[in-house]
Amino acid sequence: MSTNRNFKYLLGALLLAPMTTMAADYAPVTDARLKNPEPGNWLMYRGNYAGWGYSPLKQVTSSNAKDLAVAWSFTTGLQEGHQSPPIVNNGYMFVTTPGSQVIALNAKTGEEIWRFKKELPKELLQLHPTNRGVALYGDKVYYTTLDTFLVALDAKTGKKVWESKIAEWKNGYYTTVAPLAVKGKIIVGISGGEMGIKGFVKAFDAQSGNEAWAFSTVASPGEPGGDTWPADTSKNGGGGTWVTGTYDPETNLTFWGTGNPGPWPIDGRTGDNLYTTSVVAIDVDSGKLKGHHQYHWRDAWDWDEVSAPLLIDTEIGGKKVKTAVHAGRNGYLWVLERTKDKMNFLTAHKYVEQDVFTAIDPKTGRPTYDPAKIPGKGPTTFCPSLWGGKDWIPEAYNPDTGLFYIPATNNLCAELPAAEEDLSYTPGGLFIGYPIPDVLGSLRVGKNASRNIGEVQAWNLKTGKQVWNHAYKSINWGPLLTTGGNLVFGGGTTDRMFRAFNATTGAVLWEHPTPSGVTGIPTSYEVDGVQYVAVQSGWGVDAQRMQGGLDAATNTKTNVPQGGTVMVFKLKK
Amino acid sequence: MDDKHRGCQATSQASVENRRRVFRLVAGIAAGMTTRIALADDEAQILVGDRLVLHTTEGAPVALRPADVRPNKVVLAFPFDPATRKIRNESRLSKILLVRGDEAKMDEETKKRAAGGVLAFSSVCTHAGCDVNAWMAKTSKLLCYCHSSQFDPYDSGKVADGPAPRPLPWLAIKLEGEELVVAGPLSAPPGAPA
Repeated sequence: MSTNRNFKYLLGALLLAPMTTMAADYAPVTDARLKNPEPGNWLMYRGNYAGWGYSPLKQVTSSNAKDLAVAWSFTTGLQEGHQSPPIVNNGYMFVTTPGSQVIALNAKTGEEIWRFKKELPKELLQLHPTNRGVALYGDKVYYTTLDTFLVALDAKTGKKVWESKIAEWKNGYYTTVAPLAVKGKIIVGISGGEMGIKGFVKAFDAQSGNEAWAFSTVASPGEPGGDTWPADTSKNGGGGTWVTGTYDPETNLTFWGTGNPGPWPIDGRTGDNLYTTSVVAIDVDSGKLKGHHQYHWRDAWDWDEVSAPLLIDTEIGGKKVKTAVHAGRNGYLWVLERTKDKMNFLTAHKYVEQDVFTAIDPKTGRPTYDPAKIPGKGPTTFCPSLWGGKDWIPEAYNPDTGLFYIPATNNLCAELPAAEEDLSYTPGGLFIGYPIPDVLGSLRVGKNASRNIGEVQAWNLKTGKQVWNHAYKSINWGPLLTTGGNLVFGGGTTDRMFRAFNATTGAVLWEHPTPSGVTGIPTSYEVDGVQYVAVQSGWGVDAQRMQGGLDAATNTKTNVPQGGTVMVFKLKK
Repeated sequence: MDDKHRGCQATSQASVENRRRVFRLVAGIAAGMTTRIALADDEAQILVGDRLVLHTTEGAPVALRPADVRPNKVVLAFPFDPATRKIRNESRLSKILLVRGDEAKMDEETKKRAAGGVLAFSSVCTHAGCDVNAWMAKTSKLLCYCHSSQFDPYDSGKVADGPAPRPLPWLAIKLEGEELVVAGPLSAPPGAPA
């Protein structure tokens, strides 16, 4: 080899070095790793299959969190709601954005490795321009798009490997959910509950992209539960599944929360409307339903119960029990027992102002409603509001403190008028049943709203008691992260802050203003021995919608600027 | 225009083709373009002379009349070819909203675009592409259900509130007999920015 050729070789190697080093280091994501994720990585939506939103890392603690500072930040260049967790594997970070984009970043430096943009149809409508993240499996990255595709990308290059159509966007179906990767399958849910969809959970083969199974969250005539829908109302029955499910490897069951039935007025759909506003337990291999619990029957309040329950083995009343815990949009904290073939009601605690349920059956958990609080006949007020005590934003569980953390919105209510009389279903059209100006203007302030609205609550599941509550004047749309350092992280307020709380006491230890408001899911990871805390700042979608409603109800104007930024923090040296 | 569209139009009359060419040219000028752009499957097709039909119509179209547009209610429509009776509903971008206006509130320019007291706009919100399908009676504004963008029908569809970055394109209509008829191209390309 001549000197000249040596020089060229060396130059080429140097130019390629940063990328190839990064690429060579990508560690395939196996079932074993997903079952027991190493503390330094954040491999899935909530960090583990149980949905805890917990990082065992403890370099950043309640003693030193005050020293957190920006390690790097990265603007996505996009507007609207940035909700996805920065998911990290071996130095690669993956975030998704509005506009159905995926960005791979160097988790240590913020350098962009690749960006994938799905070409969306020009005529697509975007009711919820957001995305809630990727799933990692093998050497691929999976995400869902607003035009309702599941897309598989090469993790190292961002090149598309395959895409599979989940459903038809022209019929009101769309996807924002982060997929769940389990045992060779990529499992997704669906959005469109306000557009007359029939909800489902679907699994696709991780390698081929072929559909493996589909479970309908709305029971059809002749199926178990089909008699809870009169006539053909199940055809457009709603039951979206737009938040990632959890998974219990011991029973091979995946747990998904389901959305409200549609349309909203209840007159046409007498019956319980299974399996809407429920949790469903589905066998991962077969797609068969193995258990369910309906949090509230025949919903009339748009209380999607889409958040999957957190799977927590704890003690209730001194007895060891495997639970599934969910802070409901209906304002109650539900504690269920999960078994291999059944879900049993254990207890429920009201965690925000709620005036619809008059009783909850102690054996079955079935609520009784105040008839005056069921909208449809004429102006009706009820609490909580359409967005509930907690919307999609995830709770967190810390096994060290034993506490369950809820990002709540309290003291807000709603008023709906008489239902529309001439509602008819149009494919791809809105299928709500109330006049739109009244829906968008439905928010009412509750009697204690001047005291506070947003809250971060900590609950002891063993005692069923609230341990601490940090109250905000602002609404709270901040997903939570908790860590082995006795910390809880979350944003969600209109002042654009991202905060760290003492996980035991609720004391605010640190806060940092971000460019927009934080509605993204925070995560934590480690690279080269340094712990990082990451979150996307990027206000929009329902946080903005709710604040608009609150502004109208209180004759105020709140400006939270839009624009997405990945913010990453570490301790100052 | 792709082959599929050419196929669809094989039975069209020459006058229809002429009208289409005129529309494309006028739409191109309206959009500030100097060259003619071929229509893809997902682009708006609204031609001068088209009648309007309820957007849910399947089968034979019945042309909308001013009386079909009741006060305080938005009517969503698609254009259709009066010769072939073909409804131009391949793309949502062709969808039109009709609203009954108060002639006392219309300036001269607005009156020229109206027919029988009815005003027409693209129904596709310029923010995120949803249907602008609601009327706010108290403030006389058009409302998009997705993100609460509001548009002023008496001020050329200008943004009155919300995140929409540009006005809702208006569409001049006229009466032929009792039927509402498209009298010109959309004032701007419909839909959200790419």
